[in-house]
Amino acid sequence: MDTLLDVRNLTVKFALRDSALTAVNNVSFTLNRGERLGLVGESGAGKSVTGFSIINLVSKPGFIADGSVWFDGRDLATLSQEEMRKVRGNRISMIFQDPMMTLNPVLTIGTQMVETVLAHRNVSKAEAEAIAMDKLRKVYINSPEKRLKQYPHEFSGGMRQRIVIAIALLTDPALIIADEPTTALDVTIQAEIMDLLLELCRTEDMGLILITHDLGVVSQVTQKVAVMYAGSIVELGETEQVCSNPQHPYTRGLIAALPEAATGSRLNQIPGSMPNLAEIPVGCAFNNRCELGKGACFTTVPQLERKQSGVFAACHELE
Amino acid sequence: MGKTPLLHIQNVVKHFDISGGLLDQLAFSGGKIVRNRSVVHAVNNVSLDIMEGETLSVVGESGCGKSTLARVVIGLYPPTAGEIHYRGQRMDNLQGTARRPFRTKAQMVFQDPYASLNPRMRVRQILEEPVRFHKPELSGDQVREKIAEVMDQVGINPVWAERYPHEFSGGQRQRISIARALVLDPEFIVADEPISALDVSIQAQVLNLMMDLQEQRNLTYLFISHDLSVVEHISDRVAVLYLGTLCELATSEELFENPRHPYTKALLSAIPRIGKGFQHIKLSGDVPTPIKLPTGCVFHGRCPNANDRCRQEVPVARTLESGSVVACHGVEEGRI
Repeated sequence: MDTLLDVRNLTVKFALRDSALTAVNNVSFTLNRGERLGLVGESGAGKSVTGFSIINLVSKPGFIADGSVWFDGRDLATLSQEEMRKVRGNRISMIFQDPMMTLNPVLTIGTQMVETVLAHRNVSKAEAEAIAMDKLRKVYINSPEKRLKQYPHEFSGGMRQRIVIAIALLTDPALIIADEPTTALDVTIQAEIMDLLLELCRTEDMGLILITHDLGVVSQVTQKVAVMYAGSIVELGETEQVCSNPQHPYTRGLIAALPEAATGSRLNQIPGSMPNLAEIPVGCAFNNRCELGKGACFTTVPQLERKQSGVFAACHELE
Repeated sequence: MGKTPLLHIQNVVKHFDISGGLLDQLAFSGGKIVRNRSVVHAVNNVSLDIMEGETLSVVGESGCGKSTLARVVIGLYPPTAGEIHYRGQRMDNLQGTARRPFRTKAQMVFQDPYASLNPRMRVRQILEEPVRFHKPELSGDQVREKIAEVMDQVGINPVWAERYPHEFSGGQRQRISIARALVLDPEFIVADEPISALDVSIQAQVLNLMMDLQEQRNLTYLFISHDLSVVEHISDRVAVLYLGTLCELATSEELFENPRHPYTKALLSAIPRIGKGFQHIKLSGDVPTPIKLPTGCVFHGRCPNANDRCRQEVPVARTLESGSVVACHGVEEGRI
């Protein structure tokens, strides 16, 4: 399989007056062509910042402090803004959480779609419109010629998110980064959108990075999953394996805390809450909430290593 | 059953008039001035009984009227029609001091712990306010004691009482909201999406707390949520709402194992679960707006089993042999 994206030791920091907070800490993963990866974690785990930094969208005071993002044989982390613009929204597209915030409310869908095509392709306006209609059909929007003339408020939430997906598809990207694409939607609509994303990834041979807090969604859509905690990947492996046989104590706690995993009336809870980025403990970031924590956990940062079960986990106590 | 329910909701209707002022309502049509009114039909003819000590959950998608129903029950909105009885006594028409005993017995926990605590009040002030209003006879020491007791119960160290809400995390704030609801020793708590703003590991903590408190204090919960796996875990009975109309009401086991209403089936099949394949019932179309309700069954436009009767006649909620209450012509006729 050929590698589409290779993220190596990516570290993203946010500058403060006289120090810096590490939002993403030494994150590495690879994605093959047409592969689907889930990035899961709770709020503040650094999953969105990881997604944004792949396409160099971290704005000041954030900056990529270290590491590289290899895509198409180039390191995206070193590209100039000018060169980056040719990749972003072209070879790599992004889908955001709230479709109402992504779409411009005062422009018609057609204007917004044609604009995107013209920015990246050397085609006429009529050709751009034809491409737009073709993509709208792909996301099952009926009578696209009529829909192109409508404004975002004339669509329902689920349809808006489908239009956002159609915009992401306009330039036939090799990779889509979807940041919580269904969090703002109801479950029945969420199922529809996930169906659509899955189908498109298969038919168009697109890679997908799905950023979400919902392990259920990840288990249904992705092939690989990376679990993040306080800026680091704590577990990385095949989705099926991670979900059915989680290794890292945090992943185990997270899956056990889901109501459907509860055996008795009480839910399993992880004590405490995720540390603030300014107060990450020395050693393993999870040590103060972990039942296994001892010795090395409080002094040395664990590295992501292959464990017996075959998945990668960052934990001193696992074999 | 035979017992008097703790809360009896009978044919409750809540409409919101959104047509604005008189001048906004006037329009020209066919050379004449006409007056247009638009009304949001948020809750339509819902009847429910809540028994003492149980957890009844109301589920549904956004805009189905579940939060409106909660607010009507607690008295934040007056119902447009229908009656609400608490321990056999009619509540919805009482006002002012006559209503006050009910207000101490029934409390509410809101969704967003950031918006529901006054950022300029200390935790102590937030918790004291209801006690000082409803129980002015208590001395300062007794009030402080009461507050320390509830803070302890929800797992917030009472020495933090002098702090402000912003000094707490989301999960801790939700515990403070729960403490505020408990400080008057209520019997009945309406919780409107109390955990949807929290992360999974924190959700489990708050849910466990709510279940422990129910056991200790014999509380009755009306739990509003869109998260079906949480609902399955904590509820005794579940009511499914669609466009302000009750579709199905059943015990939790019955509803999740043997859903009868086609909407319930679609809703349950759409829950993403670990280890479950990705196969769900596809619904066509979108949820219609509650301003212009469909004729007949509100779900007919998206229902795979709809026929002419569904399009014309509003289905009545009927009790099945299993004890479930279902409003569906198809189930009644035995074709679903």
